[in-house]
Amino acid sequence: MVEDEGIRRYVAHFILWIGIAIVAFPVYIAIIASTQDNALIANGQMSLLPGGHFFEVYYQTIFVGTSGSTREPVGNMMLNSLVMALAIAIGKIAISIISAYAIVYFRFPFRMSIFWIIFITLMLPVEVRIYPTYKIVADLHMLDSYAGLALPLIASATATLLFRQFFMTVPDELLEASRIDGAGPLRFFWDTLLPLSRTNMAALFVILFILGWNQYLWPLLITTRDDMQTIQVGIRKMITTTDALTEWPIVMATAVLAMLPPVFVVVAMQKLFVRGLVETEK
Amino acid sequence: MQKQAIFQSKLLPYALVAPQLAIVLIFFYWPALQAVIQSFLLQDAFGLSTSFVWFDNYIELFKDPAYFEAVVRTFFFSFAIAISSLSFALLLAVMADKPLRGSMLYRTLLIWPYAVAPPVVGVLWIFMLHPSLGVISRYLRAAGIDWNPLLDGNQAAGLIILAAAWKQISYNFLFFLAGLQAIPKSVFEAAAIDGARPMRRFWTVTFPLLSPTIFFLLVVNIVYAFFDTFGIIDTMTRGGPGTSTVTLVYKVYSDGLLGGNLGSSAAQSVVLMIMVIVLTGIQFRFVERKVTY
Repeated sequence: MVEDEGIRRYVAHFILWIGIAIVAFPVYIAIIASTQDNALIANGQMSLLPGGHFFEVYYQTIFVGTSGSTREPVGNMMLNSLVMALAIAIGKIAISIISAYAIVYFRFPFRMSIFWIIFITLMLPVEVRIYPTYKIVADLHMLDSYAGLALPLIASATATLLFRQFFMTVPDELLEASRIDGAGPLRFFWDTLLPLSRTNMAALFVILFILGWNQYLWPLLITTRDDMQTIQVGIRKMITTTDALTEWPIVMATAVLAMLPPVFVVVAMQKLFVRGLVETEK
Repeated sequence: MQKQAIFQSKLLPYALVAPQLAIVLIFFYWPALQAVIQSFLLQDAFGLSTSFVWFDNYIELFKDPAYFEAVVRTFFFSFAIAISSLSFALLLAVMADKPLRGSMLYRTLLIWPYAVAPPVVGVLWIFMLHPSLGVISRYLRAAGIDWNPLLDGNQAAGLIILAAAWKQISYNFLFFLAGLQAIPKSVFEAAAIDGARPMRRFWTVTFPLLSPTIFFLLVVNIVYAFFDTFGIIDTMTRGGPGTSTVTLVYKVYSDGLLGGNLGSSAAQSVVLMIMVIVLTGIQFRFVERKVTY
């Protein structure tokens, strides 16, 4: 900046590396623990260096599961989480983009009332309506189903607002031009608006996928069958109250597997992720 | 603001909003309404008859010392999490805002914990600080600390706060960095020419210019601490020992699981709803004035 910052720069590097170490340490421990022998960990003698059980532990975790508490293979839990996360992300984007389209590009009675009805859902997160929503899902026979996992979380005021905001910035000339070409509302949406929204959709998808994958309270309530469990719910059930029975290497391998997809998304699609995060908070 | 160029169609717009409207009405409004109605009703012990009791459920709730404790605890957790996470993230963001070699790498290495789910955060931290097998607990015991968060309520609360703050560092860091980068560098140069030392520059220039971001993040962090800590608490302490880590959301969940008083759990939901409305309201008021990215 202004003064010569030689020493200050070293201090900055140093503080940042400490920050990174604090942020990474718990995950390092989890990875290490997932390669070790359970007896050693249970005795409180876990080594801070990798052990030799990597393949064995991950094989058992993914294809077999723990031998005690939940016998569900974690591979299957990951599949459930994946289906739920994709359904939530794609579902949210699909229904909000078309409703935003209707609200911006049409004039119709109750247009603003509908907008407000959607907007107010921001104030009704699943935590404040868990049991009544549970009852409705049970009445609709959707417990232990992908529909029950995804549908109650699918409506999103944020996505609707975001697309509305973006559509407002699309120049009117585009619509007039495509009207001259004889395009109707659906054609205009499909051929012009959707391609223009690609980056917004991608940024939103990254955020919604992470949020969907990380859902916990709702899946915990509505899944009773082991084979419908998501990985976040499964991991909690692996920690038994009697510590002696917890198979820690498998728990830690599950933690690593639960982190892997969303962390990969953040790191690999960092630009979209940052954009999505900043946009959805506006 | 309205668009000038629009389409004319009678039915199409309704067809387009129908899916979202249906989901919102079935899964948002209907259950919320149920909660409100339920909160004014009292069911007899056998569930045979219900009567309208006005605000009795709420009065009962507010007279319940356990509920009052949960309210105080939730606010305490929220502020402790928000302040510890915000200050650490701000320190890192100020460092990362300097023109350093590898600053992109630093950013990547600091933002990924955003993607770690709350229950996984809970598992990671309870494992490190587990009384009998945690790798950090060894050193705490060696230092003469009687460490057992599964028995000591204060230690359990501290552990929850620590884990929840850890997860939130990356989010706060990202927004602080964006906020810092939006401040024109010439402002710092002017302050430097006036002879202000770096620490003084931070408190008199950076901090005030960053205050919209700080306020925005404070609200977001409080909302996070209210709701997203559920997964952390549920995997680490399950509300225990005793009720020393039961927050408002955790209480709605655990009271409901026991299946006891429907009216009371509905009243709890309604109180939470009001809190969310207030917090969202505050957030929206200030979002308008937030720094631009």
